[in-house]
Amino acid sequence: MSTAIELRGVEKNFGITSVIRNVSLTVAQGERHALIGPNGAGKSTLFNLISGYMVPSTGSILLRDEVVSGLPPYQINRRGLSRSFQVTNVFANMSVWENLRCAVLWAAGYRYTFWKNIDNLPEVRERTARILSDINLTARRDVPAGLLTYAEQRALEIGITVAGGANVILLDEPTAGMSHAETERAVELIRRLTEGCTLLIVEHDMSVVFGLADRISVLVYGQIIASGTPEEIRGNPKVREAYLGEEAA
Amino acid sequence: MTETTSSVAPPAPAAAEKLKFYGLWIGAAVVLLLLPKLFSSGGSLTTFSLIGISIIFSLSYNILLGQTGMLSFGHAVYYGLGGFLVIHAINIIGANKLPIPLPLVPLIGGLTGLFFAMLLGWVSTQRSGTAFAMISLGVAELVASSALILRTFFGGEAGISANRTKVFRLFEWSFGPQIQIYYLVAGWTLLAVIAMYALTRTPLGRMCNAVRDNPERVQFVGYDPHVVRYIAFCFAGFFAGIAGALAAINFEIANSAYLGAVQSGSVLFATYIGGVGFFIGPIVGAIFVTFLSLGLSDLTQVWQLYFGLIFIAVVVFAPGGITGLLMMHRPLLKAGTFGRVLPSYLIAFVPTLAMLIGLILATEIIVFHAVHSGDDSNIKAFGVPFDAANRYLWAMSAILLIGGYFVARRTWTMVGHAWDEATSGAREKGAVA
Repeated sequence: MSTAIELRGVEKNFGITSVIRNVSLTVAQGERHALIGPNGAGKSTLFNLISGYMVPSTGSILLRDEVVSGLPPYQINRRGLSRSFQVTNVFANMSVWENLRCAVLWAAGYRYTFWKNIDNLPEVRERTARILSDINLTARRDVPAGLLTYAEQRALEIGITVAGGANVILLDEPTAGMSHAETERAVELIRRLTEGCTLLIVEHDMSVVFGLADRISVLVYGQIIASGTPEEIRGNPKVREAYLGEEAA
Repeated sequence: MTETTSSVAPPAPAAAEKLKFYGLWIGAAVVLLLLPKLFSSGGSLTTFSLIGISIIFSLSYNILLGQTGMLSFGHAVYYGLGGFLVIHAINIIGANKLPIPLPLVPLIGGLTGLFFAMLLGWVSTQRSGTAFAMISLGVAELVASSALILRTFFGGEAGISANRTKVFRLFEWSFGPQIQIYYLVAGWTLLAVIAMYALTRTPLGRMCNAVRDNPERVQFVGYDPHVVRYIAFCFAGFFAGIAGALAAINFEIANSAYLGAVQSGSVLFATYIGGVGFFIGPIVGAIFVTFLSLGLSDLTQVWQLYFGLIFIAVVVFAPGGITGLLMMHRPLLKAGTFGRVLPSYLIAFVPTLAMLIGLILATEIIVFHAVHSGDDSNIKAFGVPFDAANRYLWAMSAILLIGGYFVARRTWTMVGHAWDEATSGAREKGAVA
């Protein structure tokens, strides 16, 4: 199986603090890979590095065998990688419909077009409508994104992430702050929307992680201490000690 | 189109709505055509021409501020350079008898604005916010001061002038009389407004809004916010250049004031007072501010002071501008609960007016004693003659101002309550989201 994401000896330092230390990781095409670890382990930083929001201090990041570290986020996005944010990050004054449509435009090939009426682009309309009904926000289509409920905003966040049709999806704690029922719905949504995609997900909820992931990597103090199938991770003594043990105790 | 799309996507506008939409533009065109028939004096034609120019300029400014979220302190640069180039162009066309009619000349101004926006915009649009604002201010100062130094091109203090009637004539239109200039400005205004509205309905226009709301996220849906800002900046420069060209044609002169900070400031005023949140906002602002500056300057010496106070009041009390204030009432009108706030408005109007009269009276008296203290104390402000040395008037202004404020404050609370009641009434009827 070919690789979707590959990290080779990636390090990230902020001044003298090193947040990511020599991380090497491979995510195969079509794999659902979960990244777990205690707070402050560097999971979000790792996401920021992969998505181009930050540049690694050393090491390289490859997206489908092409080096992408050092490229700006939009270049990486155009190469088929899309990410969501831990803190909801939408276009607050624009309607749900417009939010999704913005996420569709580039991939639909409309780029910086200023000579076409946005309402006369049937394929954009169609893709936006499909995502809208996928995330079950049809009834909230014309509501400004800033006025949605928290769970709705999280759904929109995922919708924006997948709308462009990227096949490598990074989700940063998509179920954080959700009730049990909301979490279940969100997981169902993620499973459905990322069908056939490569998924890298940061998650704290262990039931989500073990239910969704094919493989799990454990990040502690900026280092990956274990990587394997859910069973392997569950049985790994180092992981139990560093992470799961704390939770169980 | 698939089944989901037709059921989920916003419905395509019905024929009636489309008719209404196009009817609006046709109606605007008819109004522009008929306006000189109703107000045919030279003064009102000049006013209308100035309003048209101001509308184009303010809308071009709102491409930056309202649409893309860039606060510029130097938008007059592109207006002014457009104006200067057009004056030179008119002189060259006249001297060489080139077959270019005057109605096409504003395009030269637009292309000048576009050229300089392309040249100067790439660096400043790297960032929005403070960095952009500061760079725009720096560029504006640079260009404005070079206008005084490079005399051959800018003509120094006096500026340069041209004779618009010397240009190649089409259909025997000399463009000497103001009525012909009015139609020239009106035609370009309509064209520019339609073009700028259309721009907001394109993929780029929508992404401008996205960049305004959240430039960070834009990067993760494939767009470079810098490029979006840059293209928006170029369009703003183009339309500002057209406005500047029309101003130059109207006055037959261009001088350094065209490029200056005052011009940049007044377009910010007009746009903001009108309201940046709606497309129509800057149009309302341009009309309001042009009338105000022409009208107030006749009524009082310190009209700029009142102008500043109005601007502050809008920023503090109505950040959505005049249009925002009016649009707030739309759900109430729809739900028919507007009647619940109207009485409170009328009640609040009386003490607020008293307070304002007190303020104006106090201002005029203070200005008199501070600036003209030796002169005759019988002065006239807002058409009303009064004696600035009269102690009773001093006391009256103080009573009106202070008493009016305390009574008005209570009535404003009433307005607030009435407003809440009316909104909740409207919400029950489902008119508010």
